Amino acid sequence: MPSNKSVSDAPIFQFTNCRILRSHQLQREDLWVREGKILNPEKLFFDEKGSADIHLDCKDSIIAPGFIDVQINGGFGVDFSLAADDVQSGISVVSQKILSHGVTSFCPTLVTSPPSVYHKVLPQISIRNGGPHGAGILGAHLEGPFISKEKKGAHPEHYLSTFESGAFQDLLATYRHLDCVRIVTLAPEMKRSSEVIQELTRRGICVSLGHSVANLSQAEEAVRHGATFITHLFNAMLPFHHRDPGIVGLLTSDQIPARRRVFYGMISDGIHTNPAALRIAHRAHPKGLVLVTDAIAGMGLAPGKHTLGQQVIEVDGLNTYIAGTKTLSGSVATMDSCVRHFLEATGCTVETALEAASLHPAQLLGIEHQKGTLNYDNDADFLLLDNSLQVRATYIAGERVWSQDTFTI
Amino acid sequence: MYFNVESELLCLSFFILNVQETMKLIILENYAQASEWAAKYIRNRIIQFNPGPDKYFTLGLPTGSTPLGCYKKLIEYYKNGDLSFKYVKTFNMDEYVGLPRDHLESYHSFMWNNFFKHIDISPENTHILDGNAADLQAECDAFEGKIKAAGGIELFVGGIGPDGHIAFNEPGSSLVSRTRVKTLAMDTILANARFFDGDLSKVPTMALTVGVGTVMDAREVMILITGAHKAFALYKAIEEGVNHMWTVSAFQQHPSTVFVCDEDATLELKVKTVKYFKGLMLVHNKLVEPLYSMKETGAERRQSKKPYSD
Repeated sequence: MPSNKSVSDAPIFQFTNCRILRSHQLQREDLWVREGKILNPEKLFFDEKGSADIHLDCKDSIIAPGFIDVQINGGFGVDFSLAADDVQSGISVVSQKILSHGVTSFCPTLVTSPPSVYHKVLPQISIRNGGPHGAGILGAHLEGPFISKEKKGAHPEHYLSTFESGAFQDLLATYRHLDCVRIVTLAPEMKRSSEVIQELTRRGICVSLGHSVANLSQAEEAVRHGATFITHLFNAMLPFHHRDPGIVGLLTSDQIPARRRVFYGMISDGIHTNPAALRIAHRAHPKGLVLVTDAIAGMGLAPGKHTLGQQVIEVDGLNTYIAGTKTLSGSVATMDSCVRHFLEATGCTVETALEAASLHPAQLLGIEHQKGTLNYDNDADFLLLDNSLQVRATYIAGERVWSQDTFTI
Repeated sequence: MYFNVESELLCLSFFILNVQETMKLIILENYAQASEWAAKYIRNRIIQFNPGPDKYFTLGLPTGSTPLGCYKKLIEYYKNGDLSFKYVKTFNMDEYVGLPRDHLESYHSFMWNNFFKHIDISPENTHILDGNAADLQAECDAFEGKIKAAGGIELFVGGIGPDGHIAFNEPGSSLVSRTRVKTLAMDTILANARFFDGDLSKVPTMALTVGVGTVMDAREVMILITGAHKAFALYKAIEEGVNHMWTVSAFQQHPSTVFVCDEDATLELKVKTVKYFKGLMLVHNKLVEPLYSMKETGAERRQSKKPYSD
């Protein structure tokens, strides 16, 4: 049917024969897209007297918002923490390849590195929209160097740092360029962390607690100063103790501002956390769970040795250890496999599993009015999935940027 | 020559149905069957009308819970390719005043979610009163104008309120009324509260509605009445006199009205009335059998027996 649009001449796409995730439920509705945004068909019908130009039969797929990965260190041989001359091309390789995992936006993550690395790499990272070239870049996630020695995990001890003398100025001297930084992970028990957290929050940078031996009070204090995220819950922090739950206690703390929701990242690859622990966290605070991959350069490649910043990592199947040790460092998980594993391990609904990888990270970064949902006027970044949550096709701004060879609509 | 008495009687009945003014009371066993009969009737009427770009079928439409089953069947017929709404123009009966158009309970939302979004109707061929117009009476007058411009309504489908109203023509409405603003009666507000979380204060108190006279102008009227709570209203509408306190009774004076009911809706009627019309079902069912489909070519359709002439 020809459309009659008074507002725009751009073609209108109607995705039919699908179930879409909307209002926390899978509904049998069509998805309408125009000019890269999700369109309200009722408004189109009554206000513009318009109708669809192109109908696409989705073969009974599930349509979910594109996944957002806020912690990914590299992949396919690319290590974001390497002081390369051409950081962009490495990021581009990863951003293009993760489209097949359903990721439409991500935060390239840098692990603890010497200042020279930050000075060289950060200016080369730019926030940009996704498209056929790859997933969108929301900004960098700087994990370290302001973390605890006792919980450094795979981070190199030599480059750990503190900000006890100059607080925020020390941080600025280390990183230098903050324009494209979206998230900073730090250990809140460090001296003068409150000032630093406050300043970062004031600049719109999300502060995450991780690689830390903080107790619950220190963690709560950090949240009161603006921290909103926990980096890979359970890993690299004190274990839950019934008299001092530590950072884990934030999931159920009543000492944080009432309106504030604390989000927490979980690597649900089946290795970083026992499924029982995953379930405990999910049940305690389901609305805060954010799935992350924490993927490293070896993701997507054959088993073997790869780098992670200043360290050498050994990949064997799904296990990724610092070479010669049993210290976990990152993962080789893909986002869609994390979603599937999360679904299976917790027995949650499909809607919950999908939201943990889309809506919640969007809420964490305060961008849910734009990404992370299929609400009207949001960016048309979405996925077509089959019933077992395998990605069939990936769309960014309404354009198909990846699909399985055997899947055409 | 051997005369088949039964077929002779049937032919005579076609003649009667075709030529004479009639009130038909169609009684089906339950809601599902009543909805289906009504949908089949609408389908046959549209197809036999043979609509085209120069000849649109104008359909008056209701909202509420009663017509939902009928809409579902019509959508099914469209999805099967048996019916198209490409050359159908629709005019809804009413709309709340002051409710945002995208409110879930507005009649615009109702029509979009329950009908328009599932079929192939063009948006410019749908007409629903705008309850947020700056000048409400002008909006009503314009609506009357649009109906006239479309050549009048071929078939107006409506429901009945528990207080016997058609559209929002509440008890006491003029039986020659036209499209206008109406204040809703308490009965109506109570009946509608269930769509507003049971909160009476959330229910709109005014609405724009086609008048009784507007619906009477239609060439044919079909009223859907299902459920025991509508039984008394149906009794008042067809077994008592024409009375402005029960505005559906006005259709006793319309040349061609069809009342489609389920058993429960007939609970207040005389046994004699029900038996009489049930006895006529053999004849009345010829209106929906054979059931026509737009998949047939024009030639195939012309060859099959039609109870109507164009």
